[in-house]
Amino acid sequence: MTMAINYNPTELLICMASRLIEDNTTAFVGTGIPMLAVMVAQRRHAPGLIPIFEFGGTGAILETLPRQVGDRHTYHQAISASWMADIMETAQRGCIEYGFLGGAQIDPYGNLNSTVIGPHAKPKVRLPGSGGANDVGSLCWRTIAIMRHGRQRFVPKCDFVTTPGYLDGPGARERVGLPAGTGPYRVVSDLGIMDYEPGSLRMRLVATSPGITAKKVLDETGFELLLAPSIEQIQPPEKDELLILREIDKDKLYI
Amino acid sequence: MARKAALEVIERGAGKIGWTVGIEHFRTWNREKPKKLVDKVASERDAIERFVKDGDFLATELYGTVRAPMSLVRELCRQGRKDMRLVGTGVHDLDLLLACRRIRVRSMNVTYVGHEVYGVSPIMRRAVEQGRVAEEVVEWSNASMTWALKAASMGVPFLPCKVLAGTDTFKYGPAVTVTCPFSSEIVTLVPAVILDVVLIHVSRADRLGNCQIDGALGFAHEISRAAKRVVVSTETIVDEKKVRAWPERTVIPGYLVDAVVEAPFGSHPGEMPRAYDRDDEVYMGFLESAKTEEGTEAFMKKYVYGVSGHDAYLDLVGRDRLERLRLKDDE
Repeated sequence: MTMAINYNPTELLICMASRLIEDNTTAFVGTGIPMLAVMVAQRRHAPGLIPIFEFGGTGAILETLPRQVGDRHTYHQAISASWMADIMETAQRGCIEYGFLGGAQIDPYGNLNSTVIGPHAKPKVRLPGSGGANDVGSLCWRTIAIMRHGRQRFVPKCDFVTTPGYLDGPGARERVGLPAGTGPYRVVSDLGIMDYEPGSLRMRLVATSPGITAKKVLDETGFELLLAPSIEQIQPPEKDELLILREIDKDKLYI
Repeated sequence: MARKAALEVIERGAGKIGWTVGIEHFRTWNREKPKKLVDKVASERDAIERFVKDGDFLATELYGTVRAPMSLVRELCRQGRKDMRLVGTGVHDLDLLLACRRIRVRSMNVTYVGHEVYGVSPIMRRAVEQGRVAEEVVEWSNASMTWALKAASMGVPFLPCKVLAGTDTFKYGPAVTVTCPFSSEIVTLVPAVILDVVLIHVSRADRLGNCQIDGALGFAHEISRAAKRVVVSTETIVDEKKVRAWPERTVIPGYLVDAVVEAPFGSHPGEMPRAYDRDDEVYMGFLESAKTEEGTEAFMKKYVYGVSGHDAYLDLVGRDRLERLRLKDDE
């Protein structure tokens, strides 16, 4: 048995997200935790992953943690450095498999809010807005939302839907004209991993974090979270995952 | 001949289109814009004075703090303008424009205003939450914005796309959905965005305004072709022969450009690909100051109103300090 090594919730979140990433595919990467997850994956089990950044970076070898989706590290030794329209058109014609998203609120259908808390005309909190989020949520085949768990974040209804999940249920994306066959794939939180029940397209717990019970996840969710027939236990981060992660974020911007 | 029926709109976003729609007026403007390749080098004061007007629909081209036209933005803040309508994505630049008491912001067409890893912009929060943006905030995504600019660049009044639909970003934006007359799919149409003026910072330009850009291009190609007036600042002014030797490297041909301002470290405190890194001390200092009205005002006094121009700004920041930000050849 290997020695257990301590880790914090953010480190766990990043390692969980990282394990979902496959090798030899494409992923649209946003600022922050997705960058870390992709960097860990690229160094550990997905060296053939092509990370794509909205301002033009494609297929970078991510040596230094980018601080912005447009900084030079997002196209370090990349296979291409192009421009916003090219990247968005690449997603729109179906070339980008995974997309990472985050936000202040997520609802049972995986719709996300990163625009306002409160009414749009007179918001209580003005957040940054869509940026590329709506585009990632509209165009990538499978999106993975990375969120801190909590009742304020997992809400029955978002104050504002910045980015489409399954909207109001089965068939809704196609009805409004979003590309067929696209949509939310997983939600990774510090408490567990959720997918979407095939019939209802509502969020469903499939795995819990080490030491976390399904009841705890349900308690921390502001809507009725469905339960998969069997709930898996997530393995804690391994030593090599953590060492890679801590080397990547040595300035401790996130972890 | 009778006019045929328009495409039937399924849904229409409520975001106000505050610019002139259609493309014919822009074609006429482009035809009439002088094409003569002449020396367009100007001082930052003259360039902003002549080409940025009250009420303009204005964008800054950048990505995050990368290749941001900060020297031009600071000059615009010093001069002040009424009823500015701001467009696009914004970081430090938009913060300064929103914080500036000499500038009145009438509306914003925004994709993203924030500081990525460092979070939401407190200046934008105060401006929007206190209702200081006189008209409204119109929502966009990065793709819809770049395609709206691309529509103008292509010379068409709109472009179809597959984003925005079904969301509040659509509802508070200017797009519509229609049925595709060829395939019967539902598509979103974004109207061409025609800017009055854009500020762009480039790696190098010659005196005629032919511009080259190192690194990823962001919005540069589309936005430079979607604006009636283009004001460029450049790290360095190079000989025309150097540009003509590698014409495939020109991103913005000079006939599109109205003024070229030489501004070494023009993106400071942001970075410039292949040239220099972000000045995190000044940038983080700004973010700290931005937390309060007083802090913001003090920052503006020191770095914006308190300097006569970009040269004085570079002296204030310190030339030695700037040199230390330079990247190595392989960075």
